[in-house]
Amino acid sequence: MLTNNLYNLCGLLLFGMGLFALFACSHLLRKILAVNIMSSGVFLVLIATAYRPLGAGEIDPVPHAMVLTGIVVSVSVTALALILACRVQETSNHSLSQSERNTNDGDSEE
Amino acid sequence: MIIKSRRKNKRRPFDPILLLVLLLTIGLTALLIKANYTIPVTSFGLAAEVARFQPRSGVESPVTAVLLNFRGYDTLLEVMILLIAVIGVWSLTKAPFPQKAVKTSPVQLAVVRLLAPLMCLVAAYLVWQGSHLAGGAFQGGAILGGAGVLLLVAELPWLRTIHSRPLRIGLLIGPLFFLGVALLGIINGRELLTYPGKWSGSLLLLIESTCAVSIGLTLASLFAGGRPADDLIGQTKTPACNREQKRC
Repeated sequence: MLTNNLYNLCGLLLFGMGLFALFACSHLLRKILAVNIMSSGVFLVLIATAYRPLGAGEIDPVPHAMVLTGIVVSVSVTALALILACRVQETSNHSLSQSERNTNDGDSEE
Repeated sequence: MIIKSRRKNKRRPFDPILLLVLLLTIGLTALLIKANYTIPVTSFGLAAEVARFQPRSGVESPVTAVLLNFRGYDTLLEVMILLIAVIGVWSLTKAPFPQKAVKTSPVQLAVVRLLAPLMCLVAAYLVWQGSHLAGGAFQGGAILGGAGVLLLVAELPWLRTIHSRPLRIGLLIGPLFFLGVALLGIINGRELLTYPGKWSGSLLLLIESTCAVSIGLTLASLFAGGRPADDLIGQTKTPACNREQKRC
């Protein structure tokens, strides 16, 4: 039960950290990374949930199936978001991040 | 410049809105943790239900049974999401291959020649194994996608001239077959996504193998980052050129 709680706690903490980064960072790449970290946290919680009724007998296959498809879907969503972010950068002629735009030193970072 | 940006980051926490967001996120996380610990241990779990209907699903692995039979809706829609992601990427850009051919090192070529067939074999084995053990379309597809990424990283010359039509057929075959089998239920007078009893095992295996091919191709083309070179020639050329001129 202790490991189970630990997994749940880690998953929820990852979710919270990702959520904060999603709000706080203005750079699109960081937002995409934040969403990825959030989804990792959710997957961790789901896997821990599947493991929970271990004492009763079997492992619950329903959350497993959800995580299985969720991982592949999150990969594809990340790819689409990255392409969109590249497109934003190409078409909008300036750097993605608000702070970099203000200091005008964003170009050298790429 | 790094020092400057670091200094900026240090100044950040004094932003009152950011502090508020931080406090709200911490509060939300604390609430979630509290809610998580108040869930009773014994009250939930669909394992017993899944085990009860397992013999009627046509496969022996409970995860595959849930994935393709009991929760077929989810999987069908998720396969469609993958397809939509590829459509989105293809409609945005062409695959950004470098202008002139790069000479791949012989060590890398040897590794690719050794690993790519092996990965295809492992993917086929995983799909086959999905009916009774851990494995299935998504795992096999992920490994196929890895093989595709390996080929793309090696920058083999035939990849940049790959034709669009076979790729499109490969991307569509899994979702369309799945959708066709799902609609077959309606045509035969049952509900959507119900499989005929004695054929369900082989139908699930067929769905899994076609979906694995599609998922692998999807992941590889997402990694390539755009449509193939011969896709939609003539239709997009003029607007793209106009846009480039405008930008200049």
